[in-house]
Amino acid sequence: MKEIALHLLDIVQNSVRAGASQVEIAFLLGEDRMLEMRVKDDGCGMSPEFVAEVTSPFVTTRTTRKIGLGIPLLLQNTMASGGNVHIDSEVGKGTVITALWQTSSIDCLPLGDLASTMASLVMGNPDKPEFSLICRSPQGEMTFSTREVRAVLGEDVSLAEPDVVRWIQESIQEEIEPILGGIMR
Amino acid sequence: MKSLAELEAIRKATLSKINLRTEEKGETTRIVIGMATCGIAAGARPVMLSFVDEVQKRQLNHVTVSQTGCVGMCRLEPMVDVYVPGQEKVTYVHVKPEMVPRIVAEHVVNGRPVQEYTIGAAEDK
Repeated sequence: MKEIALHLLDIVQNSVRAGASQVEIAFLLGEDRMLEMRVKDDGCGMSPEFVAEVTSPFVTTRTTRKIGLGIPLLLQNTMASGGNVHIDSEVGKGTVITALWQTSSIDCLPLGDLASTMASLVMGNPDKPEFSLICRSPQGEMTFSTREVRAVLGEDVSLAEPDVVRWIQESIQEEIEPILGGIMR
Repeated sequence: MKSLAELEAIRKATLSKINLRTEEKGETTRIVIGMATCGIAAGARPVMLSFVDEVQKRQLNHVTVSQTGCVGMCRLEPMVDVYVPGQEKVTYVHVKPEMVPRIVAEHVVNGRPVQEYTIGAAEDK
């Protein structure tokens, strides 16, 4: 993956497949230039045994074939910058994945096009789950939530409508540029 | 969040489009993009958003853009399936954003698949 935002797009698919009804995404950039990406869902969760081996490429819940690369690739990329991945999960409650990158490292991936990732997530999952995004850095904070968008659109207009997807992408882009623009490219 | 007033305008415009859709009663063409780890890593995200843009630009009310997982041919990603009613499914492989306007114009609008981009053409090479 060439961007942190692409890892997000990939990792959230796990939450969706876990049957989550709420996925909370956070990007927190500290004064020490450590970037934390947190994905919290209320999906089916994983057993401690499964969590222990989920960073192996040869572990997956998929039945069509025996390998899954999402979390192993994420781990590899965070570690290249001096970061790490932490997984906190409970069966029946949900999962929190926390990935850390040291953005001052030459080997750290750029954040990339987070707005496009959010638009893709909403487009691909217009009914469920609800997504929320919070981005915070010393420069400021922004929030986005599909609940608020849905409240305006009502029941008859899908979040997957092209005009809505475009609006979501543009509005998120506009708001994160001043906050995380420094690590985007 | 950005001005919700703008979203309200989008809602109104979309509602009238939806009404038009039901009046016209045409069958829906589906564009489905592979968005598993392999697809994403190969560049599926900009491809999907290009399809959204193209559908929006041309006001194609009977076309839906959606996502699917990995179908096991990761080396051919990004892959896109186009289902035009009454025609066989067409699978495009190694799709790039630049190829999207042509696929929409020639296949989705005019019903003639772009042969050189299809899985058949790729497998013959």
